[in-house]
Amino acid sequence: MYSFELEIPTTVADAVAALGKDEAQPLAGGQTLIPSLKARLAAPSVLVSLAQIDEIKGVTIEGGTVTIGGGTTHATVAAEVAEAYPALSYLAINIGDPAVRNRGTIGGSLANNDPSACYPAAALASGATIVTNTREIAADDYFEGMFTTALEEGEIVTAVKFPVPEAAAYIKFEQPASRFALVGVFLAKYADGVRVAVTGASEDGVFRWSEAEDALSNSFGADALEGLSLSGDGMISDLHGSGDYRAHLIAVLTKRAVKAAA
Amino acid sequence: MTKVTMTVNGKAVSKEVSGNTLMTEFLRDELHLTGTHVGCDTSQCGACVIHVDGESVKACSIFAAEAEGASVTTIEGMANADGSLSVIQQAFQDYHGLQCGFCTPGMVMSAATLLKDNPKPTEHEVREYLKGNICRCTGYHNIVKAILAASGQDVTGIAAE
Repeated sequence: MYSFELEIPTTVADAVAALGKDEAQPLAGGQTLIPSLKARLAAPSVLVSLAQIDEIKGVTIEGGTVTIGGGTTHATVAAEVAEAYPALSYLAINIGDPAVRNRGTIGGSLANNDPSACYPAAALASGATIVTNTREIAADDYFEGMFTTALEEGEIVTAVKFPVPEAAAYIKFEQPASRFALVGVFLAKYADGVRVAVTGASEDGVFRWSEAEDALSNSFGADALEGLSLSGDGMISDLHGSGDYRAHLIAVLTKRAVKAAA
Repeated sequence: MTKVTMTVNGKAVSKEVSGNTLMTEFLRDELHLTGTHVGCDTSQCGACVIHVDGESVKACSIFAAEAEGASVTTIEGMANADGSLSVIQQAFQDYHGLQCGFCTPGMVMSAATLLKDNPKPTEHEVREYLKGNICRCTGYHNIVKAILAASGQDVTGIAAE
């Protein structure tokens, strides 16, 4: 591994200060970033580990909102929200494998915004709020395309606030080797409408399927989706599946999500 | 260089490491505990699974300095105090849960945390839990059988999946 400085602060304030150094980058659970460093896909001079910052860990459930610290591992999320938000717990327990879930964090996943990651779909479908050390960002304004977010340099995801829906489901068509979503659909039904977020499919990363949202907000049932389809243009096409295949999967998985949530 | 102090297999250790020292490198090169294997080195194969504060993690994807103050257990710490094999290790031998043996340390470490959290797993739960441990020899069957046997369950009726 190439040489860099590793800082391990214990407070957000110290982490932010360390991130002010030249070519510094935050390190969350490291389950994506450390392999990326080995492949030289990233080469920061300073890595600022967020793993010892207790103030950004843990889950609180209060008044219909689940607030998850950015440094909370997938394993902890899965266990802590099992009753309050089962679809989110199900999503968390199906990320990677047990050892990865003990290190990887929700903040790391959302900051990385991998186009096939699971958490972006949950955050967008839930209309979550991404809380950072400087501000609060609505999920609708946060995801800006593949591996791109509204986060500024040196900004840290300190928490994510999820309004708990009336009903929700996450259906993931798993790419069996990587266990990322070949396509994943997160559906959440709120009093003011249904939100459907799709991961794994678009070259622009996670997105809302507004046509399906309108149809389901009108009439919540798999029948409402009859005849709705998406084009394969702009969808990820690789050895695991063509853009058309992914587009087809979105419609199939959305129907399954409606049935699972109903 | 930073000084890191942690407990490894019950013994306190303290070493100067550079920031980029991976836990696999720390264990194998500094402490000469070569039972933790490096397979893919990209957090996928699970040959390097160790326990950090009782939880399974992939040692190739955590820096040694991040385990400051932690209690670490490697495959070298899994045998009984008198040197005899632990129940899980013995089951791997009895049920021939390995062929080349490269993945075995990680398999045993993952099996240990599985049985800690879920003392009587179903065959399906064992297979799900081992998603992050890749074996290229056995087809997993005897590994699953060994873990079920280690949990005290009858494995005579288990057919190959």
